[in-house]
Amino acid sequence: MSGFFSRLKQGLSRSTQKLNAALNHRFLDESALEDLEDALIAADLGPAVAARVIAGFRTSRFGRNVTTEEIQETLATEIARVLEPVAIPFEPDFSHRPHVCLVVGVNGVGKTTTIGKMSKWFRDQGKSVMMVAGDTFRAAAVEQLQVWGERTGAPVIAGKPGGDAAGLAFEGIKRARETGTDIVFVDTAGRLHNKGALMEELAKIIRVMKKFDDTAPHSVLLVLDATTGQNAIEQVRVFREMVNVTGLVVTKLDGSARGGIVVALAEAFKLPVHLVGVGEQVEDLRPFSARDYARGLVGGSGDLAARLVEGETEAR
Amino acid sequence: MGPSSLFESLSGKMSGVFEGLSKRGKLSEDDVAEAMREVRLAMLDADVALPVVRDFVNKVRERAVGHEVLESISPGQAVAKIVNDALIDALGGAGAVPLDLNAPAPVPILMVGLQGSGKTTTSGKIALRLSQRDRRKVLLASLDVQRPAAQLQLQQLAERAGVGSLPIVSGEGPVQIARRALDVGRREGYDVVILDTAGRLSIDEALMQEVRDVREATRPVETLLVVDAMTGQDAVNTAQRFNEAVGITGVVMSRMDGDARGGAALSMRAVTGAPIKLVGTGEKLEALEEFYPERVAGRILGLGDIAGLVERASETLDHEEGERVAKKMMAGKFDLDDYASQLRQINKMGSISGIMGMLPGMGKMKDILESKDADAVAIFRKHQAIISSMTKDERKTPAILKASRKKRIAAGSGTTVQDVNKLLKQFDDMSTMMKRINKMGLGGMKKMLSGLMSGAGPGGAPGGGFGGGGFPRR
Repeated sequence: MSGFFSRLKQGLSRSTQKLNAALNHRFLDESALEDLEDALIAADLGPAVAARVIAGFRTSRFGRNVTTEEIQETLATEIARVLEPVAIPFEPDFSHRPHVCLVVGVNGVGKTTTIGKMSKWFRDQGKSVMMVAGDTFRAAAVEQLQVWGERTGAPVIAGKPGGDAAGLAFEGIKRARETGTDIVFVDTAGRLHNKGALMEELAKIIRVMKKFDDTAPHSVLLVLDATTGQNAIEQVRVFREMVNVTGLVVTKLDGSARGGIVVALAEAFKLPVHLVGVGEQVEDLRPFSARDYARGLVGGSGDLAARLVEGETEAR
Repeated sequence: MGPSSLFESLSGKMSGVFEGLSKRGKLSEDDVAEAMREVRLAMLDADVALPVVRDFVNKVRERAVGHEVLESISPGQAVAKIVNDALIDALGGAGAVPLDLNAPAPVPILMVGLQGSGKTTTSGKIALRLSQRDRRKVLLASLDVQRPAAQLQLQQLAERAGVGSLPIVSGEGPVQIARRALDVGRREGYDVVILDTAGRLSIDEALMQEVRDVREATRPVETLLVVDAMTGQDAVNTAQRFNEAVGITGVVMSRMDGDARGGAALSMRAVTGAPIKLVGTGEKLEALEEFYPERVAGRILGLGDIAGLVERASETLDHEEGERVAKKMMAGKFDLDDYASQLRQINKMGSISGIMGMLPGMGKMKDILESKDADAVAIFRKHQAIISSMTKDERKTPAILKASRKKRIAAGSGTTVQDVNKLLKQFDDMSTMMKRINKMGLGGMKKMLSGLMSGAGPGGAPGGGFGGGGFPRR
């Protein structure tokens, strides 16, 4: 779980170091701004969003001497401002019993692992949790969730391989109701958002759920891989249209990917971002914090900010 | 419109820019600069990594400035051609690069990549391909002791593919498993041993060392990096670090059936220098194809992937059946049996929007169709059910269908009389349409299709018309 937090820490420690190096500054001209914009693009913000962030930066700092630290601070603030409105904790409504949480996403983003981690999260809060192995398609997906069930002490409802996911979800909610379970997580098979028939299948799962409880599902979490580029925008757009996504979980932030796409998503959809995944272990799940996320993002771009300033100083 | 794919966004933007270049003579620096700005933006929108974009744009600019524009083509077309050629180059040059199995058996293939990139599914796909197409005896071995049930997943895929799988022994480490796999491979006469590793982050030093150790112990002939086609800018980091650690010999792009099909491919190739050997195009084990740089470049320029379409069609469609139906169409004797046969063919080829996406100039239409795809599939299924509840005579001569017959058919197919009527109406429209197509020829078809988009709803009249088996013959 080195990446995200070490980057965050590096970002912080570097900015404190730089307080002493007040001589390290650079005149903020067009070429410096272009370099910063490139750094944001390289963090997956996308060219359009990167340009907007830099535009905000330009009005306040252009034509001044700035330090690395100042660049980082201002950029982080600029980005955090976009993220703050979507930084909303995941707070299930336990007046529903069970609170039904459907987990969706494209293949390989980490849906099952995220469910395992959330299960632990709520078990630790003294809640009773049930999991439904709704990925009846992928080989051994059921067994994978069952291992998480053992790890977190939550029962797993599973059916036959290739079976009907909607029927299984119905069965799961029914059992959770009977046993007075607080929250039930319904796993689903990964599906690409451009496959109409598979998306229709998700809509069907929801229709069947509603036959049991017409307020269900109470949350629909879309899991996104931080490594994903601009295609995440299409993912969110289509999933939201088809299954009324209520919030996002961003996974794999412990890697070298910066997850800048979240900034673009926050701008475009204003959907709550609840949680971030920062490792493979059961405890590697964190609430999403706008400030930390922005810092983590800029920690890396800050490297560039530092190089920018230092390189300029050397050149003189 | 979101930046849905490299190909669509690039082709859309560039065709706009190129239209603006209308002067004759040599390409000026200004002409090229303007076009290159758009190329850069489109590529970034499509997730090509920034350093790769820069490099590419510089190269193309050098080639393009001062280029003599021939009388017969517009400057826009000239730049498009230069961009196209440079793209093919950047993607590895024309032609597919096959897996290298040139070594004494058992040939070890090592699969590496990030978590969730699709290594295990790809391993299963490669195993199936090698065993079915190349008649090799393949052993699958999972070295993934990290992710719960990963070993079991590969074992189940091996069963589906009908290839061998290394018995799971709990408590073994990856290097141990790899050694055992090669031992078993030698003893039991396997031609190829595919070693599927755990997903790992490129910055995780301990796990990168582990995969280095596996490589040392097994000396793989191919070390394949599996990369999700949706990967963003991080593609360069991943490519660089994996390449430094284990020496990539080839790249497999997974999930190319999504709508983000290419940015990472360009980055991968540029950073590792290793060819992209295969692409994953679906969830089924058969959904693995060769990577053809020239086709991808063609798509970028809005030329469509005709070659891919024809290949897929010729692989899945029944030619004789297509020929037979086409003849009947021409003769105006198309009946409900033929329609049912067309529906089966369409189902085999995948989604309609997927097919449309491969046709030149149909990008927009694909978007529209995509949203209707689910409806279309449901309607087609219903139609198949209704037709299968008819008697032979009824299929030949739908005109004999009166109220009582319709009632029987509806009951038999679990539909309503209204559904049956709808099908008949649509079939009628379709027959009319076919007669028109025959008169128009292929050129008029595109026009007709665009007209339809504004008119007919989902599963509208022409559904069965253009999926015809006759396509590859044209």
